[in-house]
Amino acid sequence: MPPKRKNHLVIDIENVGMDVDADFDSESEDATRRRSRNRKAKPQRKARQVSDEEEEDEDEDKSPKRRGQRRRTKSRGDEDEDEDNGQQSVANKRSKASRRRGAKNSRKEQSDEEDESDKESKQKRGRAVSKKSKEEQNNEKKEKDKGKNGDNKNNKKKKAEKNSSPVSSDDSDEESEEMSEGELEALKEQVEEKKKLIATIRNKPWRMQKRLSVLKEAQDFVERFEGALGKGKGRRLYAFKVMMTKKLIKFNRDFENFKTACIPWEMKIKEVESHFGSSVASYFIFLRWMYGLNLILFGFMFGLVVMPEVLMGLPYGSIPRKTVPRSDQATEMDLSVLLDFGGYCQYSVLFYGYYNSDRTIGVLKFRLPLSYLLTSVGIFGYSLLVVIRMMARNADVGGDGGDDADFTFSWKMFTSWDYLIGNPETADNKYASITTSFKESIVDEQENQKDENIHLRRFCRVSANVLILCSLGGSGYLIYYVVKRSQDFAKMDPSSLSWFEKNEVEFVMSLLGLVCPPLFESIAELEDYHPRIALKWQLGRIFALFLGNLYTFLFALFDEVNGKLEEELSIKNSSEWALSQYYANYSAFYNTTVVPPPNVSPADVIRGPCWETAVGQEFVKLTVSDVEVTFLTILIGDFVRAFIVRFLNYCWCWDLEAGFPSYGEFDISGNVLGLVFNQGMIWMGAFYAPGLIGINVLRLLTSMYFQCWAVMACNVPHERVFKASKSNNFYMGLLLLVLFLSILPVIYTIMTMPPSFDCGPFSGQQKMYDVVMETINQDLPAFMGTIFSYASNPGLIMPAVLLMVLAIYYLNTVSKAYQQANADLKKKMKTARDDEKNRRNNKDSTNQMMKDLEELLPNKSLLPPPFEEDTPSETVSVKNSKQTKTKPGPTGKGVNVEKEVSLAAPNPRRPVTQAPVQRAGPPMNARGAHAEPGRGRGRGGPPRR
Amino acid sequence: MGNKQTIFTAQQLDAYQDCTYFTRKEILRLFYRYRDLAPQLVPLDYTNHPDVKLPYELIGSMPELKDNPFRQRIAEVFSEDGQGNMTLNDFLDMFSVLSEMAPRDLKAYYAFKIYDFNDDDFICKSDLEKTLNKLTRNELTEDEVRMVCEKVIDEADLDNDGRLSLEDFQHMIVRAPDFLRYRNSDT
Repeated sequence: MPPKRKNHLVIDIENVGMDVDADFDSESEDATRRRSRNRKAKPQRKARQVSDEEEEDEDEDKSPKRRGQRRRTKSRGDEDEDEDNGQQSVANKRSKASRRRGAKNSRKEQSDEEDESDKESKQKRGRAVSKKSKEEQNNEKKEKDKGKNGDNKNNKKKKAEKNSSPVSSDDSDEESEEMSEGELEALKEQVEEKKKLIATIRNKPWRMQKRLSVLKEAQDFVERFEGALGKGKGRRLYAFKVMMTKKLIKFNRDFENFKTACIPWEMKIKEVESHFGSSVASYFIFLRWMYGLNLILFGFMFGLVVMPEVLMGLPYGSIPRKTVPRSDQATEMDLSVLLDFGGYCQYSVLFYGYYNSDRTIGVLKFRLPLSYLLTSVGIFGYSLLVVIRMMARNADVGGDGGDDADFTFSWKMFTSWDYLIGNPETADNKYASITTSFKESIVDEQENQKDENIHLRRFCRVSANVLILCSLGGSGYLIYYVVKRSQDFAKMDPSSLSWFEKNEVEFVMSLLGLVCPPLFESIAELEDYHPRIALKWQLGRIFALFLGNLYTFLFALFDEVNGKLEEELSIKNSSEWALSQYYANYSAFYNTTVVPPPNVSPADVIRGPCWETAVGQEFVKLTVSDVEVTFLTILIGDFVRAFIVRFLNYCWCWDLEAGFPSYGEFDISGNVLGLVFNQGMIWMGAFYAPGLIGINVLRLLTSMYFQCWAVMACNVPHERVFKASKSNNFYMGLLLLVLFLSILPVIYTIMTMPPSFDCGPFSGQQKMYDVVMETINQDLPAFMGTIFSYASNPGLIMPAVLLMVLAIYYLNTVSKAYQQANADLKKKMKTARDDEKNRRNNKDSTNQMMKDLEELLPNKSLLPPPFEEDTPSETVSVKNSKQTKTKPGPTGKGVNVEKEVSLAAPNPRRPVTQAPVQRAGPPMNARGAHAEPGRGRGRGGPPRR
Repeated sequence: MGNKQTIFTAQQLDAYQDCTYFTRKEILRLFYRYRDLAPQLVPLDYTNHPDVKLPYELIGSMPELKDNPFRQRIAEVFSEDGQGNMTLNDFLDMFSVLSEMAPRDLKAYYAFKIYDFNDDDFICKSDLEKTLNKLTRNELTEDEVRMVCEKVIDEADLDNDGRLSLEDFQHMIVRAPDFLRYRNSDT
């Protein structure tokens, strides 16, 4: 009977192993069937399993010794197997594992039952039970090892030893209680393992069918055995925990689904991406990101400042600052005035002046002035945080891969195609650009960097930069000159000035913005950079230009503010004087000290110019005009142009589409910079005009749709389509710079400028930040005040700053050290590779000193015949390749260093000689003589004498 | 889980979500994309795993692949039969690997398979030539092609066997600056 059973069992197992898919369905039947014959069949199965294990070891074991022994005979077959079906070998492995697991499952099930129900009948079975449990333990050990080893197959040998030893040496007097404990442990581990498998199954390069079935099996397993863990109370708790984790996973998944569903315009951007390549799409992604950021900022501003004032503050028309003055009331709703953000708009919630300076408003005692200040500062803080985090994330992903140019051709070959392209025209351009780039690098390679060419190019680049610097300087001077002139004009009578003289600054600035970028672009032709680098230069240059404009604008604004401050002071004095006159007259006339406040309509009260609102107005006007200009440019420059080119082409004397006007290209640099500077305006202006962020959100929203439409409708892909790769971080860098530059003026006004006396949340304070001081002194407990006074003590701030500087210095040093180490490793790798290559090509060492030493060696003829050394080297080569193959690919930057080390290590070990026959052919030539000492130098002692 | 759909059971959808990098919505969208290729062939009910295969001609005509020089290879690599005829599972598989969320290693693995035209698990010279000719639409001369291929092998071949193995390829490709945004496909 036994042999028959064994046969059957073996077949059964093999069946299971062959057909993985069927295996999982038939698992339970198998289990029940096996239960009956389990006891007797076990030893055979055990043996079978061990042998299985060994087979697997043979396949997968990477330890050198085994390889060395087996390789010679097996290498061909193994290689075949590996080559032909990496897929299938994975499948085999997998199925083996699952088979074993399946077999174990059934056994486990059975033992569970037995543990629970058959405890009293233990004696009856006595021997059998102990035998079985023993085996189970073995299996558990095996499983445990497997779980631990997971990917690390090098330890498999150990496992095999472990497996083989306990069968003979196991003592039979272990109690079943202990068994079940260990069993539970093992089960738990197995369940964990399965869970891990479920979590990472999508990373496995298997067919979907297989993944699905493996997943199903794993899930079933977890389902089945999760509840079985733990006992009594613990079990219930465990079941609960399991249930909760399940719920949590489901919730997380739903949440993820929800989150991705919330990302807007995904399809739109993908469409643009497929037509124009990823560089254009990167602009839209940036735009979307900005929209998200602004939405959050808007939430802050709206929720903490605007809404409280609207809901709980005094209504419109109740106090002077919330009322349009009598002189303006006639025109307050005129469209022209409203478009200038004067009239009603000026005294609305959009602007700083509307907010009341009551310390608390409403029943909630909301401290509006404090909230206003903190929100405005908080917006800066949040933006900084987000931008820096984004940059860090990008840098993290970016890695350092770009800088070593070892793989120019390989990268061109394998990564130059932009897989996002889904448009024939773009594809054509891409093909052309790839071909050109290949040709370029071929020429480069052939000419090996001609000297005159380099000089010419350098000269071109230097002269281009000089030209651009000249034009930048010229435009700077022009702006300076115009601003100077406009200050003179401002002192003259406004009615005597022409329209041009009044708007000279704006005119010149927009003219510069219109003329300079194309100028820069045409100058940049001289430099002949790769378009991606050229884009960066272009961005940097236009950035410098815009920055000049921005700061000129700011200085003009500050002059205006100073004028307003003087005006305000006189108005303040005169109104105070009028008020005191009123009180004096009133008390003298009625002869009473109880003076009612003067009964004046809020519209008639004398008021100051409220410079904050004026600044806010400037910013809002600038933003709106910026939007108008952008949209008009797109309409005229792209749409009308495309329209004309498309339809006039039928009746024109030359080909408009291919010839002069042609269609416009999407101007990435201009658009990105426009966006960045616009955001700078928003950051600066948000303090003076809380509504500005809302306007900006609208602007970004419309611009998303409008530009998506415009780019799809009227633009053509770039002639040299290029990928965006990491310029995203470049945008972020610009944004950070702009953010920093826009923080400066706002903080300056908050800290030094006196706020207007009759408008805004800070009226009546000496300085805006006094509102914080006031809160600290009055509302917080006294000790907080002392803490703050200590904290603001220079004696404490100076050391803190010092500490930060030291920390920065330290981190900087550390990062430099890492960079150094990285560079060293890279260098090491490169030399190792070169060495390797040289030795392969001419069996010659690159190391001159080594060569000299070899020359000195007396008798090269002592070398053993090459035939002997061939075989070990062959094994080594195979082993090396094997070792690297099993290594999980580099998972990230952090791991890279380690990987590089491990990759570098095996290389210098031996020259890899591929064709033993060849070498065996000419046994005693000079090259062969060189090879041997070179080899000995590599690592370990040479097998020489 | 608001809208009702009867194409998949909830379990199927969950399993697909476990096995791919997609959300439920994306899987459904992909299914419709798949179905739109051949509405008469693909049933609207996948709960009982119908055995439907779309021929390569349909798969290759998708806008995502239409202009791709390697479309045939991609379809072949991801199809179960190696001919480019795809079941829904293969289809999902392909887009999962090509999606943004797939890790670099997985992408590198499949990229290797795609570039390995003759399926011998090594990228040898003939593979490289094919790749190059597809990339440049045969615009380079023979000499240039040969030279580029030699350069590539010279650069990337670590173990000096004259062809690129998977680990050579991975070693090279994960360092490429452009590989990070490698093939973000649609959906």
